[in-house]
Amino acid sequence: MDTTAMHIANGIVNGPVSAIFAVFAVVALAFCVRQARADLDDRLAPMAGLVAAFIFAVQMLNFQVLPGVSGHLLGGTLAVILVGPWVGALCVSTVLIVQCLLFADGGLTALGLNITNMALLGTAAGYVLVVALLRLLPKTPAGLGTTALIASIISVVVASQGFVLEYALGGTTELSLPWISGTMAGVHVLIGIGEGVIAATTVATVARVRPDLVYALRRFRKPVNVEVGAAA
Amino acid sequence: MGAGHAHPLHLQRESPVHRLAPEVKIVAVLLFTIIVVITPRTEFWAFGGYLVLLAAVAIAARVPATWLAKRATIELPFVLLAVTLPFFGHGERVTWLGLSLSVDGLHGAWNIFAKGTLGVLASLLLAATTTMRDLILGLDRLRCPTVFTQIATFMLRYLDVLADDARRMRVARLARGYDPRFLWQVKAFAVSVGALFLRAYERGERVYLAMVARGYQGRLPRRADDRAPTAQWVAAASLPVATAGIALAAALG
Repeated sequence: MDTTAMHIANGIVNGPVSAIFAVFAVVALAFCVRQARADLDDRLAPMAGLVAAFIFAVQMLNFQVLPGVSGHLLGGTLAVILVGPWVGALCVSTVLIVQCLLFADGGLTALGLNITNMALLGTAAGYVLVVALLRLLPKTPAGLGTTALIASIISVVVASQGFVLEYALGGTTELSLPWISGTMAGVHVLIGIGEGVIAATTVATVARVRPDLVYALRRFRKPVNVEVGAAA
Repeated sequence: MGAGHAHPLHLQRESPVHRLAPEVKIVAVLLFTIIVVITPRTEFWAFGGYLVLLAAVAIAARVPATWLAKRATIELPFVLLAVTLPFFGHGERVTWLGLSLSVDGLHGAWNIFAKGTLGVLASLLLAATTTMRDLILGLDRLRCPTVFTQIATFMLRYLDVLADDARRMRVARLARGYDPRFLWQVKAFAVSVGALFLRAYERGERVYLAMVARGYQGRLPRRADDRAPTAQWVAAASLPVATAGIALAAALG
């Protein structure tokens, strides 16, 4: 059975551990907010909203992975490539907060846990991988798509192991950890492949048509000397 | 689009709970859920008391029980996890109807089921009585960083844009002789997902620039004196206060 068919609910992980992760999430997000302020310009603000909406929509796609097991996409890697790590983490967190408050998806006291796994761990792993892979792969739409595919798979598995860590620290029942870890990892490899395909097609299309919108390619962009006329 | 910015879980009613300021409701639900989660799982009757409190709120908000029950099925995957716990748990075991069940697992299952259900019901009541716009307004008044409310505002706008553009693209495919069957739609979807993203972005970018041109600075305009009156805070506080009362009574009793 997969526990991320929906996000972590109230009562799965005990109070103290939930509180610790809530504090951790708040501190980490406050840092992201500070960092994001520099990033969030006129081009990124609507992009951040769209990425959040897109993640919101794809998280609703619960797909059947194994009999009785379903999972959903996380979207962290897509966010990292299009809006960068700081705004990306904020996008995923916003999705989680709205889902929790308005769609009763994920427990309110488990919000810290969910944000740590999906918004922080998932995007952090995605970001590290994207930066590393873009060093090796060509900075073309195809290269970016491949990067998105690989980074998605690994970051989703990393995020799922975040749940295992939290459960190990404060699970409300005794279940064997290697079993949970193995099940979560196995299921999330499959989810990661699905996520990777969606992220790769999206990112490759955007990179082909509007490369100016891709955050991950910013560092490789050649500075363009725009001659500003006197009339401007 | 004609439905305004309501969301699927919003229930348009005229009730005292609907009229409460959003920030008041968010705080009340948050406190309620925290108390529920820290209640020890063996205080069985306390959970019954919490359920009665939520029922009172539901009646005040004029939200039908069947409506709540139907939406609460979102919790089902977790209930399924809970059902398996008594079989896989360790420790002391009891025999019931010829099945060997773990006591720890039974308690764990009850814990997940009770706390999960109460949390889902509380969130559903908040969602049923608050529109998306009000929710963001509430978060803004609770001093939530502007970056969040800004992303959330755009996210809600874009959800409509995405859904509409997806529908338009599907109609365009149908008009060109495309005959979607169950699983084969996936291929068309996968091919068009990037295009959908770009179309939605460009549509939204125009809206955003139009907003900036009209003086938008990352936050929707609000009146100066829009703080929730004390009476509303007091009214909403009755839920967490009653919950805390039950929790205390259970802890002492």
